[in-house]
Amino acid sequence: MQGKANTHTLAQLFFSMLYISAFTFGGGFVIITFMKRKFVDGLHWIDDQEMLDLAALAQSSPGAIAVNAAILVGWRVGGFLGMVVSVIGTILPPLTILSVISFFYAAFATNPYVALVLKGMQSGVAAVILDVVCNLGMGVVKTKSAVHMVVMAVAFCATFFFGVNVVYIILAAGVLGVILALTQHKKGEAA
Amino acid sequence: MIYLQLFWSFLQIGLFSIGGGYAAMPLIQAQVVHSHAWLNMSEFTDLITIAEMTPGPIAVNSATFVGIRIAGIPGALIATFGCILPSLFIVSLLTFIYYRYKKLSVLQSVLASLRPAVVALIASAGISILLQVALGGQELTMANLNLIGLALFAVAFVLLRKFKWNPILVMCLCGAGNLLLGLLL
Repeated sequence: MQGKANTHTLAQLFFSMLYISAFTFGGGFVIITFMKRKFVDGLHWIDDQEMLDLAALAQSSPGAIAVNAAILVGWRVGGFLGMVVSVIGTILPPLTILSVISFFYAAFATNPYVALVLKGMQSGVAAVILDVVCNLGMGVVKTKSAVHMVVMAVAFCATFFFGVNVVYIILAAGVLGVILALTQHKKGEAA
Repeated sequence: MIYLQLFWSFLQIGLFSIGGGYAAMPLIQAQVVHSHAWLNMSEFTDLITIAEMTPGPIAVNSATFVGIRIAGIPGALIATFGCILPSLFIVSLLTFIYYRYKKLSVLQSVLASLRPAVVALIASAGISILLQVALGGQELTMANLNLIGLALFAVAFVLLRKFKWNPILVMCLCGAGNLLLGLLL
């Protein structure tokens, strides 16, 4: 949060974000790696440890990881203006690409060949998502925390079988997290 | 009115998706398919497919796609703004706190409890997409079952899990495979 950005720095920030956002496939974690390469290794604007903390913050905050990381890096490099420039650079590529696609989608999806390809790709998407779920689920099981496994099972049943609103499930888990954090904190004090 | 609805829906998606792109998916499904019927399940599945194939966060991609289809370019801009607005406030605040105190431990422990719930939500969304592939929204009978789709899913899953293939490559192969089989059979 230094806010001492000149036009040159802002322009560099904007075009770096634009470039990273336009060419990064594969979600928030990938984009953070690219940002590290650019801002830590390339431009030396941010140090290694700080970038790790920023990554943790970007992942723990609500919203898209890429946008969150852009906000953090933007503030750090150029204050408020840096943040604005950085966010615009990040959302411009997906905004443009998806706009173009949605205009053609109607014509696109009624074409029988395209429909066949899309339909086949849906199988692939289902596999990609469930592969990610296996990785993440394994991570939860490895923590060997009974509470976390119960949370996972209950949350799944609530949303899949009972159609409970997703927002309530997240709020409930968040509240549980706060309670756990507070009780652990107390235990820590007693010990 | 429609702009307000789009803004409000995507604001909720931005506010409650914690843990990256896949975490936004169940929320987008809830808002866009179930609450407002802006897309049917088949269009939603196409949207996720397109979002996977293109750069950018799933939430921003979805906001643009749904916004344009419902209310043109202004709709896309408003939906996108809605989905990044919570981040703008919350992350800016966190940045401030971080540079003041450099402490993240409470946040980390809250995150630890959220993670299993988010995994469960992603699993549920993934399975509903698989059901969409298998049945296309029809009821469960042998005749309705899309066997080619299920076979492609099984092959893709093995390629990803066992052989760690690139997801985009696997998706493209599934698309090509289905086109080829569709033309041959």
